[in-house]
Amino acid sequence: MTTVFTILFDGVAYGMLLFVLACGLAVTLGLMNFVNLAHGAFAMTGGYICAVLVNNQGWPFFAALPLAFVTSAAIGAALERTLYQHLYARSHLDQVLFTIGLTFMSVAAVDYIMGSSRIFIKLPSALEGQFDLFGVGIGRYRLMIVVICGLLTLALQLILSRTRFGSRLRAAVDDPRAAIGLGINVPQVFAFTFAFGCGLAGLGGALSAEILGLDPYFPLKFMIYFLIVVTVGGSSSITGPFLASLLLGIGDVAAKYYVPKMGPFVIYTIMIVILIWRPNGLFGRTAAR
Amino acid sequence: MSAANDVSTSAKASSRWRVSEVLFWIVVLACPFLFPSRYLIMTDILRLALFTLSLDLILGYAGIVSLGHAAFFGVGAYSAGLLALHGIINEPVLALIVAGLAAMVLGFFTSFLVIRGVDLTRLMVTLGIALLMEALGERFSNITGGTDGLQGIEMQPILGMFAFDMFGKTGFWYCLIVLFLLFLLARRIVHSPFGLSLRAIRNNPLRASAIGIPVNRRLIAIYTLAAFYAGIAGALFTQTTQLASLDVFSFERSADLMLVLVIGGTGYLYGGLIGAVVFKMLQELFQAITPQYWLFWIGLVLVIMVMVGRARIHRWVLWLPNLVIRQIAGRKATVVVPEADAS
Repeated sequence: MTTVFTILFDGVAYGMLLFVLACGLAVTLGLMNFVNLAHGAFAMTGGYICAVLVNNQGWPFFAALPLAFVTSAAIGAALERTLYQHLYARSHLDQVLFTIGLTFMSVAAVDYIMGSSRIFIKLPSALEGQFDLFGVGIGRYRLMIVVICGLLTLALQLILSRTRFGSRLRAAVDDPRAAIGLGINVPQVFAFTFAFGCGLAGLGGALSAEILGLDPYFPLKFMIYFLIVVTVGGSSSITGPFLASLLLGIGDVAAKYYVPKMGPFVIYTIMIVILIWRPNGLFGRTAAR
Repeated sequence: MSAANDVSTSAKASSRWRVSEVLFWIVVLACPFLFPSRYLIMTDILRLALFTLSLDLILGYAGIVSLGHAAFFGVGAYSAGLLALHGIINEPVLALIVAGLAAMVLGFFTSFLVIRGVDLTRLMVTLGIALLMEALGERFSNITGGTDGLQGIEMQPILGMFAFDMFGKTGFWYCLIVLFLLFLLARRIVHSPFGLSLRAIRNNPLRASAIGIPVNRRLIAIYTLAAFYAGIAGALFTQTTQLASLDVFSFERSADLMLVLVIGGTGYLYGGLIGAVVFKMLQELFQAITPQYWLFWIGLVLVIMVMVGRARIHRWVLWLPNLVIRQIAGRKATVVVPEADAS
């Protein structure tokens, strides 16, 4: 019985991590209708920055995390201003080709700079090991992930629903033309949101080095997972992707534990079935345009 | 009545063989005599050309963006490999057709998933199917040989007469003939009323269905046919290299394929063939500079192509040939940018 809870807990931690990694994509793909397959590249950037700071420069882990966020966000903002913004109006094929190109470039560049082997981030000793809670083994690191990601999710939800920026973003997404007419600087809102999403991906990348493994092929390996979160979760709110990430996380951990040989098979099958059953996602409200 | 006549005349006019097309195939035929030492790479180009032709059928003519076309390539490759390895069908041509049909069956059943939903869902579903096939290949590694791949494939002579030689000469001619026959078939299909209706669907599915085109049935048909083509390409891969490993399903293969097609241009059939030549030449070039990191350069090519604009690049490339043609054959005889790219 306790294994069930351990799996559940690991699954939740994994799912929350996926959510932080993918929620930036939920905005670009779901709300701005831009197919950004290079999202994983930003996550990888954050992960590697964190690794370099902690392992080579001797920074404390918790100081490196914000920097991973900031750097990824800055790179995201720079790319959005120079390249991405020209592609919003282009066909999906162009967007796919462009972002696959970016992904390939990032994979090769990181391979060139950092080498192709998997990289580990030295964790503070307080985060290692696990403790027992009513007989359920709980990893300290995973607990930290649940806490951080849980707080982030709450903050995101509050920003989206309560702040002025949140309402601007929702307006810009619902009807960009009307939003411009009302004096909202839509390109600026999109640029800021894009950068923020990239920053979150970077943070997620830094956190995930321990659990998902970080190597140059990270963007390609996990691209499908991010896409699953967004397409299955739907794009009408932030809750959809969140629930989808939890489902995916728990499902993946459970599948790997109970039917290890079927591995990824289960996840892909579930995804295809869901997409056939509800093409706009499990929690989708509006039709994807 | 007269409208139907108009359509059939214009379809017939556009399906007539042009001088440039004949020239193209003459150049292709001349290649083995010009570069007799490079059969292997030329065979490689032919296989890639056939595979790209298959993607062109669905992307260029029906507008289906697929990120998982390698699934059919892989099924074809493994079918051909298994048929030869276990001696079920020893005759390569027959095995080729059977392998193509195996991929076609998969294509038919997955087409129902693909026709549902919009671009994004299609991307996901095609990608998911390719990943699923890869996971299956890994799971049943006792059949597929896992990451080591199928080993010890022995090919019998084609039609019992032409044995595969170590220089790849037989393999080259075999691929060329298969490619040419399938190209003729594809050309016939896209210039038929069926092909015209596909273009109507690509340009506007809603209008197409409003004028009475059974959109879903047409998409299923072309998707299944494209799967057959991709399966044949995969089978040719196995038969000429005597190799089939899990990377036939890889995402990079599907992504490269899109690049090849985009380099060549979509929607006029020759895009795949020209793209394959340019892609392989680029690959040779980049691998000579940085063997390990050629992925970077391929990525850069993709980014630049999109940023500059595909149609614009094709116009630049065609500028010189058009200048020459205009000098020789007068003002009207120019090679135009394929319509699919212009949009």
